[in-house]
Amino acid sequence: MNFLNTLLQRVLWAALLLLAVLVLNFSMMHLAPGDIADTISQSMGGADAETLAQIRSDYGLDQPLISQLGDYVGKVFRFDLGYSYFYNQPVTRLIFEKLPATLLLVITAQILALIIGVMLGVYSARNRDGWVSHFVTFFALFGYSAPVFWTGILLLIAFSLKIPLFPVAGMIDVTVEGGFIPKFLDLLRHMVLPVITLASIFIALYSRLCRASMMEVLATDYIRTAKSKGISDREIIYKHALKNSLSPVITLAGLQFSAVISGAVLVETVFSWPGLGTLALQSIIARDTPTILGILFFSALVVIVGNLLTDFALRFVDPRVRGL
Amino acid sequence: MSDTSNDGAKSSVTETNTIKARHPAADAISMFVKNRAATVALFVLILIVITGIIGPMVYTTDPFDMVWAPFSPPGQEGFLFGTDYLGRDILAGILHGTRVSLLVGLSAALMTVFIGVTVGALAGFFRGWVEEVLMRITEFFQVLPTLLFSMVIVALFGPTLPIITIAIGVVSWPAVARITRAEFLRIRELEYVTASRASGSKNAKLMFKVILPNALPPIIVQAALMVGSAILFEAGLSFLGLTDPNVVSWGQIIGSNRPYILDASYTVTFPGIAIFITVLCLSLVGDGLNDALNPKLRQR
Repeated sequence: MNFLNTLLQRVLWAALLLLAVLVLNFSMMHLAPGDIADTISQSMGGADAETLAQIRSDYGLDQPLISQLGDYVGKVFRFDLGYSYFYNQPVTRLIFEKLPATLLLVITAQILALIIGVMLGVYSARNRDGWVSHFVTFFALFGYSAPVFWTGILLLIAFSLKIPLFPVAGMIDVTVEGGFIPKFLDLLRHMVLPVITLASIFIALYSRLCRASMMEVLATDYIRTAKSKGISDREIIYKHALKNSLSPVITLAGLQFSAVISGAVLVETVFSWPGLGTLALQSIIARDTPTILGILFFSALVVIVGNLLTDFALRFVDPRVRGL
Repeated sequence: MSDTSNDGAKSSVTETNTIKARHPAADAISMFVKNRAATVALFVLILIVITGIIGPMVYTTDPFDMVWAPFSPPGQEGFLFGTDYLGRDILAGILHGTRVSLLVGLSAALMTVFIGVTVGALAGFFRGWVEEVLMRITEFFQVLPTLLFSMVIVALFGPTLPIITIAIGVVSWPAVARITRAEFLRIRELEYVTASRASGSKNAKLMFKVILPNALPPIIVQAALMVGSAILFEAGLSFLGLTDPNVVSWGQIIGSNRPYILDASYTVTFPGIAIFITVLCLSLVGDGLNDALNPKLRQR
């Protein structure tokens, strides 16, 4: 019951946050210099007075602000984020076309970063002065300091231009014939470099935190008790310590969703990955305001859902959180 | 340490210091200097700042001038870092870009700290509904993907350096607000604050004169890291082309030369190294400041 209660609270708060994103979108559109009808029509390459009037009535720009806002929110709840004149498509359809590619990149990179980060962290907590531990320290600094788009370009130069192991750009090769398996392998080949680039920042972050929290857990009394009972190191680490040292890592990973999406925008641009980031950049260049704001809304939605899932994952892994 | 001739003088200094309490700043400086990496990083950082200030005056080539044939490799024909796809001097671009990156990085970080400290201090000091509202707003800003949000701001309000700075500042402050709030929550319960309150200090004085100075250490560390992340942020935006077209910046050099990396990988390598070294130094200095200002961590 208690659990249901918190679940309900969380979901309500998430809905409120989304509403706030909409209000923000709306006010930015109105605060931006220039007439909105003009801004919208710019993506059509200019418009005559008649079209401008059409846009004004389409967007309800002749109505009072508050009813415009209500209208906007109401439309979004009916999955209508406006119409992109640049692409000649509804914004929602554009976004749904590109969202899977971004989700694939973002989720794979997060999972990879978590797995590798935790492995490195656990290993270096056990061998504090070993080379892996120093590597983690060094790698964490590198991951934090190197701009992700630069890392991506360097990997691209090394592994698809100089040594042509991986494709230079895109997500799928349309020339690949055959059934599911060759197509899947092709997708994997395209994913390797973007996923590694995006994950590199977060591997650094997670491994460093996991090492710290593992070391903290290993110094606690119950681990000493387990040791004195004669349980093997392996069992202590994986059966007792790991679970408890994971919760800060999961909390951090949950907070990183917004950063992962930001990173994805850059990585997508470097590798011409056909996702939301590429779409965002293209629509910014085309001054396609409805699409840009639609993407901002959807990416906030992804972050909010990600945060919710993290919260529940945490409750699942760590009973201490559940009790609170 | 290898310096033996000064040993006598040093020990006498420490002796007098043990009798007279050392100034906390002196303590912090000596802790900072003990962190070798941080000291070296600070030195390199000072060099970078000097390069940014006097570099463009000494090396007067205009970064927008097409001075030579395109794709002239580094070190040949008189161009240390070579020329780009339009035959512009990359060294000149990097020198001029230093100013932009440092300027945007510093001012965005200042803005971040200003907003973050204000929000965090108010939330941590007043608690109750003020805290509730402010922290909910903070959470809201954490939900927006930072880069996308600032891209939208720059796209809607125009790519000028002030707008870019504001766009970075507006999205980056939540971390500072959280840290400040946590510090305020901890410190406001300490006895010396109660004492000050009992002796009639007003809220404003309590916040800024009594609590804030003691909350500063983690904020200063975070500020150093913020400069680094603001520089990365600016580089990302200008890599995407969302930058003032009238100034050169590191990210912009990488972004504009990206289509030609097959012919000339050095055009992206050098500006990237400039970003990397600057941000690396800032984060090492941040580590050093953490050692210096956070006495609890010293035992480790």
